[in-house]
Amino acid sequence: MTNTGAKLWVMDRAVTNVASAFPMPDYVLDAVRSIDGVLFAVPLYSGVALVRLTDGTYQPVSVLGLDDTSLLGRPELIEGNIADIYSENGFVVVKDEEYSKLQSPSMGTEFELNDNRGVIVGIAKVPASGLFGIPTLYTTFSRATQYIPSMRYTMSFILVEPRDASSIPHIQEEVRHLGYDVITEQGLIDRIANWYMRHTGMGTNLLMMTAISFIVGLSISGQTFYTFVLENLDKFGALKAIGAKGHELVGMIFFQAGITGLAGYGLGIGLCTVLIAVARLWMPDYASIVTFGNLGLALGMVLIISGFSGYIAVRKVLRIDPYDIFRG
Amino acid sequence: MESVAIRAEGITKWFGQGDARMCAVRDVTFEAHFREMLYIVGPSGSGKTTLLSIISGILRPDEGTVRVENTDVWALKESALADFRLNRIGFVFQDFHLFPNLTTVENVAIPLILKRRDWGDAIREAAKVLDVVGLQARADLSPARLSGGEQQRVAIARALASSPDVMIFDEPTASLDGDTGKKIVEFVKNEVLSERRCIVVVTHDNRIYDFADRILHMEDGQLLGGTGGADA
Repeated sequence: MTNTGAKLWVMDRAVTNVASAFPMPDYVLDAVRSIDGVLFAVPLYSGVALVRLTDGTYQPVSVLGLDDTSLLGRPELIEGNIADIYSENGFVVVKDEEYSKLQSPSMGTEFELNDNRGVIVGIAKVPASGLFGIPTLYTTFSRATQYIPSMRYTMSFILVEPRDASSIPHIQEEVRHLGYDVITEQGLIDRIANWYMRHTGMGTNLLMMTAISFIVGLSISGQTFYTFVLENLDKFGALKAIGAKGHELVGMIFFQAGITGLAGYGLGIGLCTVLIAVARLWMPDYASIVTFGNLGLALGMVLIISGFSGYIAVRKVLRIDPYDIFRG
Repeated sequence: MESVAIRAEGITKWFGQGDARMCAVRDVTFEAHFREMLYIVGPSGSGKTTLLSIISGILRPDEGTVRVENTDVWALKESALADFRLNRIGFVFQDFHLFPNLTTVENVAIPLILKRRDWGDAIREAAKVLDVVGLQARADLSPARLSGGEQQRVAIARALASSPDVMIFDEPTASLDGDTGKKIVEFVKNEVLSERRCIVVVTHDNRIYDFADRILHMEDGQLLGGTGGADA
C-alpha cells in the first residue's frame, strides 16, 4: 500500500487484505473515472505466481501489474529504466530481504513464470516489505493478467487520485452506490493490520509475547530486587535501629526500584534501537519502528514492575525488627 | 543537673508462647549515670542483649519503665521513638553494619542525613567527627578497605555524629583481636565518654573489664549485682 502511493483504493467489499483481492469487472473502472472529483483512476493487478528457479525448484512470488498507460504505483529503481518494463517479458524485481529467494537475479536474468519467459529489466527498492515473505515482481497490468491464470474479472484494485481532499467524501459515496468499497491508503493499511491482528495468529502471538515479556520481567526483576533487599536486610535493620522511620525506608526502596527500573528502561530502549539499526544494515527496508506509543507502554510496564518489586521488598523491610540486628 | 542518664525500673520481657514461653529479662532495675562507662556482662543467653535493646528504645518490655534523663522511652509513639533513637542514642553494633557502597565519611554522615541535614553540611560535619576518631585521612575509602579496628572506629564515629546522650556498644571487641579491642575501648573511655554522655557496653570479654566504671552481672535474665570495674 505504502509503496504504491495511491490516495484512494477501490475494491470489492469482501476484501480484507491484499492477499484476498476479489477482481472487479472492467465497467467499475469506467464508472469510477466518471465520478465528479476523480482526477484519474487506474487498475492494479495483485496476484501470486510460481517462478521456476534454475535448480528446478519453484518459488512463489507476488506479482503486481501496473496500469500499462501510466505505470502508477511504480517503484523507485536502483538499476534499469522503468520504460523497459514494456519490453518483451519485462519484469522489475524488488531488492528486499526476500530477493535472495529468487537467487538474487541481476539485470537480464531470465526466469520462467507459469511457463512463460520473464526477463529482469529493473531492480527496485521499496519503503516497506511485503507481508508474505515472498519476493515481489512488478510488470504491466496486461502482462500480469496474460501470464497469471485468473477469474473472469482481472482488476484487483482501482487506484484513484482525487482532484482534491474535499472530493474524497463524494467519491466514497458514489463508489459505495456502485456496490464497492473505497478507502484511503491509511484506511487500507489499518484494515489489513486489523485483519491480521484479529483473524490470524499474529495478534495472539504479539499479545502472548508482550504478556510473557511482562511476566518474565516482573518475576525476574521482582526476584532480583527482593534478593537484593534480603541480602541487605541487616543494613535496613541498622538504619531502623539508628532512627530511620518506616516511610523513609519505604521511600528509599521505591527510589532504588524506580531508578533501577528507569535505568533498565533506558538500556532496553537503547538496545532495541541498536538492534533495529543493525537489522537495517542487513535489511534496508526492515519495517520495525519504536513509536511514542511503544515508549509509553514500555514505561508503564516498567513502572508497574518497579512498583511491584518495591512493594514486595517494602513488606519485608517494614517487618524487620532492629532487635534482630543486636541478636545477630 | 540530673546525673542519672538511664533509669530502668522493673524491666521484664517474655518471649514465646505456651510451653515455649520463657522470661529473657526478669524484674531488672538499675541506673546509669552521665560520665559513666557501665558494663553489662554475663554468659550467652543471660538476657544482656535483650536488656540493651529495651533501654535503647528498640524492644518494648512487657513490664517496667525506662527513662533516659526526663524521657519516658516506652511512653513515646513509634515515630517519636525513632526520633529519640536518632537524637539521643548512639549505636555501635557488634558487626559494625557499615554500608559497603558508601565511603567512610558518607557512612558517618548517615544519622545527619536522617536528621534532614543538607548533604554538604552533613559530609563536612561527618569529616570533623572522623577526625575525632583519627580517621580523616581514610574519609574517602570504602569501609571494605579498612582494618577491623578502623571499621570499629568508623562505627563509633557514626554513633557520635548525632551527639547522643547515651552510647550503646554491643560486644565491641567481638570482631577484633585482643590488642585492637583494648585500644578501641581505651579510646572510647578517654575520648568518647564525656560529662553529658553515658556509655553502656554489653560484653563477655573480661580483658576489657578494667575500663569499666561499673559492671552489672546478669544471669538467667536477672541482675546478680554490680561491682566496680577494677574489682570485677
